[in-house]
Amino acid sequence: MSAPARTKTQEVTQAITVTVNGQQRSADVEPRRLLVHFLRETLGLTGTHVGCDTSSCGACTVLLDGTPIKSCTFLAVQADGRELTTVEGLLRDGELHPIQEGFKEEHGLQCGFCTPGMMLTASALLAETPDPSEEQIRWALSGNVCRCTGYQNIVKAVQWAAARLAEEGR
Amino acid sequence: MYPGRFEYHAPATLDEALSTLDRLGDEAKVLAGGQSLIPLMKLRFAAPAALVDINRIEALDGLSEQEGELRIGALVRHKACERSELLRGRWGVLGDAAPQISDPIVRNMGTVGGSLAHADPQGDWGSALLAADARVVAVRSSGRREIALEDFFQGPFTTALEPDELITEVRVPDPGPKAAGTYLKLERKVGDFATVGVAVHVTFANGSVSRAGIALTAVGPRNLRATAAEQALAGVRLDDEAIREAARLAADAAEPRDDVRGSADYKRNVVRVFVERGLRTAALPEARGDVPRASAAPPGRPEATEEFAGEETAEGVMKEIREKEGE
Repeated sequence: MSAPARTKTQEVTQAITVTVNGQQRSADVEPRRLLVHFLRETLGLTGTHVGCDTSSCGACTVLLDGTPIKSCTFLAVQADGRELTTVEGLLRDGELHPIQEGFKEEHGLQCGFCTPGMMLTASALLAETPDPSEEQIRWALSGNVCRCTGYQNIVKAVQWAAARLAEEGR
Repeated sequence: MYPGRFEYHAPATLDEALSTLDRLGDEAKVLAGGQSLIPLMKLRFAAPAALVDINRIEALDGLSEQEGELRIGALVRHKACERSELLRGRWGVLGDAAPQISDPIVRNMGTVGGSLAHADPQGDWGSALLAADARVVAVRSSGRREIALEDFFQGPFTTALEPDELITEVRVPDPGPKAAGTYLKLERKVGDFATVGVAVHVTFANGSVSRAGIALTAVGPRNLRATAAEQALAGVRLDDEAIREAARLAADAAEPRDDVRGSADYKRNVVRVFVERGLRTAALPEARGDVPRASAAPPGRPEATEEFAGEETAEGVMKEIREKEGE
């Protein structure tokens, strides 16, 4: 990696339009703006957390066109024209999503810091694998770190949500 | 943390990307999955004046077999490799490596080509693809060349790629009908970088080894090929004695250093043990295609969705291999 010998660039912004939780949002952003900061600071969606800020912990997980990504390691400009889901987007008609209910019912959180990322990763898992085994749940969540629960109740919460979604037939 | 300022280019076609790189030269970096580049930019270890984001060039996103050869486009994510049926059986070394890279969320973004361009000596793809004898296709406005991966890696985080060149594809030669391999990785915790990784890829003809590829992760300044071990295996039957000798030679080829993940001696020993296990896995009849494929389990592959709970400890690997041997 050579030493940075770059020319000083002026702050230049770029117009982007992103669909966030079903709503079109447009903004002018600097290319270096990380997606997590765009969501939290530009859009005020503070449910997405900054954890380790080094793409290790998964607290900043959001869904990009349905796929979990770490928003601390993704530029806002990369999201131009694409669809994002944050934890705020899990609510359905003002009601908790079964995954949110599952975390509540099974005590799937203590401090709650990792919870938004956990729930989004879990929702992507259940969208693809409606009836996951315990191993599949643990494997899918292995990029999301929780320092409180020991994961037991998080796994139960996802199982609870899977069962509820199956009951609802969706 | 956030990166320094840079210009952002998001070309929609390869031609546009190449002319942008041609114009910007070494001021620019190519952004693929960004899972190594963006962290480096946040830490200001890298501060390119411009990024050329290739994610919108759809033509670069293809994983296919053409004329027996495997082609991995520049935008193929680790996750696509993890799920690909193509990367089992004779290309099992690649299919086995994919789910062991970082964690599932990083794998959704990170790309094979980006991982090679980053050239981290702890990178898993480097070894898996060295063992499989892969080539990198590098394209610039003025031409195209193929670089053997062996020549591509020049040192830690250093490759033969020129600033205006773009990796469009990785190509892996046809190993023939009877080939098998696996990737073994020791990591302290799930999602970690390798303490040691070993890639084994063996092709067979008439009951003997026709070519063996063995490459090592995290035990040198770059992904290393265990050339002496490979040569010792060429033309011989993969019996106990040959396996043990190759493992010894591979351990000799390692250049490990003491660090927080373990002592040099320990790592060298893990290389020996993993090469032995990897070769035993490749030697299983069902692994090298001597039995009908339908009944053959993918060699050495932890079922990413079923059995593999992310516990790739030495003990776990040993257990898995014992089970296979017991079958």
